[in-house]
Amino acid sequence: MADAVQISGSLRSRLTATLIGGAAVLAVLLYLIARTYAAQIAQQGQDNVLGASVTSILDAAVVRDGQVEVDFPYAAFSMLSTPADDRIFYAIYQDDTLLSGYDTLPKAAATPGDVSFDTGSVSGAPVRIATASRRMIGAELRTDITVSVAQTQDSLSGTLTEIGRNVALFGAGFFLLAVALSFWATSATIGPLQRLTRSVMQRGPQDLSPVSRPVPSEMVPLVSSLNSLMGRLDHSLRQSEDFIAEAAHRVRTPLTTVRSYAETTLQRVDKEENRQALRSMVRAIDESSRAAGQLLDHAMITFRADHLDRQPLDLVDLVQDLVQGLTPVADMKDITLRVHGDAVVPYAGDAILLQNAVRNLIDNALKYSPGDGAIDITVKAGPTPTIDVRDEGPGFPQADMARLPTRFARGSNAAGIIGSGLGLTIAQDVAVAHGGRLVLGNDPKGGACVSLSL
Amino acid sequence: MRFIVSLILAVWAVTAAAQDWEERQVFASGAAQATPLRVLSSTDIALFEPVLQSFLARYPGVEVEYLVTSTASLDTYFRADPDGYDVVISSAMDLQLKLANDGFALRLEDVSHPPRAQWRQSLFAFTTEAAAFVLNRAAFAGQELPTTRQGLIRVLRAAPETFRGRVGTYDIRASGLGYLFATQDARASETFWRLTEVMGALEARLYCCSGEMIEDVAAGRLLVAYNVLGSYAAARGDLGGQIEIIQPVDFPTTMMRTVFVAERTKVPGPAVDFLRHVLALQSADAGEEGYALPPLAGATGEALPSTIALEPALITYLDQLKRKTFIREWESAIIQGP
Ligand SMILES: Nc1ncnc2c1ncn2[C@@H]1O[C@H](COP(=O)(O)OP(=O)(O)O)[C@@H](O)[C@H]1O
Repeated sequence: MADAVQISGSLRSRLTATLIGGAAVLAVLLYLIARTYAAQIAQQGQDNVLGASVTSILDAAVVRDGQVEVDFPYAAFSMLSTPADDRIFYAIYQDDTLLSGYDTLPKAAATPGDVSFDTGSVSGAPVRIATASRRMIGAELRTDITVSVAQTQDSLSGTLTEIGRNVALFGAGFFLLAVALSFWATSATIGPLQRLTRSVMQRGPQDLSPVSRPVPSEMVPLVSSLNSLMGRLDHSLRQSEDFIAEAAHRVRTPLTTVRSYAETTLQRVDKEENRQALRSMVRAIDESSRAAGQLLDHAMITFRADHLDRQPLDLVDLVQDLVQGLTPVADMKDITLRVHGDAVVPYAGDAILLQNAVRNLIDNALKYSPGDGAIDITVKAGPTPTIDVRDEGPGFPQADMARLPTRFARGSNAAGIIGSGLGLTIAQDVAVAHGGRLVLGNDPKGGACVSLSL
Repeated sequence: MRFIVSLILAVWAVTAAAQDWEERQVFASGAAQATPLRVLSSTDIALFEPVLQSFLARYPGVEVEYLVTSTASLDTYFRADPDGYDVVISSAMDLQLKLANDGFALRLEDVSHPPRAQWRQSLFAFTTEAAAFVLNRAAFAGQELPTTRQGLIRVLRAAPETFRGRVGTYDIRASGLGYLFATQDARASETFWRLTEVMGALEARLYCCSGEMIEDVAAGRLLVAYNVLGSYAAARGDLGGQIEIIQPVDFPTTMMRTVFVAERTKVPGPAVDFLRHVLALQSADAGEEGYALPPLAGATGEALPSTIALEPALITYLDQLKRKTFIREWESAIIQGP
């Protein structure tokens, strides 16, 4: 955990950048296509009007007395009025001679029967030119009339600028929408990854169960390898715990045998030195077997905590039973065990674990308080089910308080008192397994106070 | 006005200039080193002088040379020498529009003018003037006055002997404005041709200009003048007793006098000032009295529907073939000599 993870970029920004980049390219494409298309349509519009104008002039051409007359209608030019007041030019040719109109207009060849379009310029002004021609046949006359009408493109370019502006606005809007969408899409995609991270981070230190919530198919390989990693970890952890339990068990049994032999021998030995030695031996054996017992308990608790066997029970009942069992020990030290609090405290929990925890707390109180006193055990139902154990001893050494519930931690006041440093650890593990906690405190009037809330 | 020293040099160009000017006059406020501004116009000095004076009052540093000629020769002169003039004013909308279309007019993007009264930001209209009948009051005493072309035809037919040789109209071959009125009339109704034939049968006299026609009507040499500029007649307050001006109600033909700054002017600053000044004086809401020319109608609102539109279609009748045909038909109607 402490090792910094090497970072190479970010999925979120890579995804966002790709999406936004794509949207930008699309927006520009949209703009170009719409513009080109609009230009074509606008040009088409102008061509249509120019074509109509040319046709109406050509239609007015008649041969009268061997002379060509072109009495074209007013509409031929009035249809060319535009909002930008475009200039118009025209030319009417009979074969190759200009009959009337502008000689500055470039002469274009035309195929009879249809209108051809071209772009050119008349005295520097760019124009669109429509040209058509028609064969006139009179009495002794056979001639081609060619008509060109040209118009500047101010109105057209005005329209195009306007369309261009609108399309650009449209494209920008499209782009902004796409940006918003890509942010949304990115967080929707990254979401499951973040949820997985959060659920892994929020796990308790003991929780090595596989991830069970459904994940997107792309994340399956990652999650399944994570699950198998955790499974292996869990397995090896359990193996080492099993090993400890096994070891403790194996040590305890022969120790019991050794102890009974030592006791028997003590009866028979008279010499004071030897008795002293034997008593020390018994004490050491007790200490070892107690430690082995607590190791066993601890291993058991670690195991059971993962598979909590919750059963409805009454905490007061549970405490009463324990007190009953411990009264003989207490009597030996002239200590009274008193139970206070609510009459009934129903709770669903693992009875074996809870008994173990409370026994350890009462044990401690007996061990660390002087004889001839009382231990008060208070069981309360609300706001959360709590068991307080209070003695009249010297209390916890202030300096050690924070580390006492860790494994094998013993206080400065523990010298000469049998113990392994696992009692409070067990109580705390049980509390945590039930979703509660263990709080150590000292009574200002003297005496330790341990509160196990569930 | 009072601090302006009006220096008026009336010089009739006789030989010096190649052109024959109807009128030529230099207006200056007497300031030293005044910028010369040549204004080519078809509008008589008498009508335009107040406008010129008010321009000089505002821009004393400009010396205006005002040259008057007929609409048709104005077009010819200007095309022959497009560098020679700075501002061009004419009542022949078609010729003016063709000049602008051919690129002789300067584009003035920042002059704001109603769209119907300008073309391409280069040709600007500043009056609205209708063609009218002008009648001799004495000849029509006690009679009902004709208010339509049909009515006029009836009156003329009823007394051919009275009107023979005493009917006048524009010679459309010589007058650009006359040609514009005639072509627009012909576009509007066939009645124009019937009236022309009736006038031809009465040996109509043909004139180059409105002014002479009005004077002849006032003097009794003419009894009826057709398609005369009503504004000119109205401006002749001195003849008010002798003439009657009638705006035909069947279809009025209304033109707009237009002005533009020459593309190749060497003094664009004063030329544009002049144009702006004319437009401002003539806008309908200027409301100042004393200018002989009628203001631009509907400068703020809708233009009169009958007003000839400023559009490129105006060049239709300027087409050589069409003009030839039109004039041939007109001649055969109006000239029915023996
Ligand atoms: N009731 C108590 N009064 C004073 N100190 C206590 C009490 N209970 C526990 N302690 C202190 O907390 C230490 C850890 O307790 P525990 O985990 O039960 O181990 P041990 O086997 O040493 O009792 C003890 O060594 C002792 O210093």
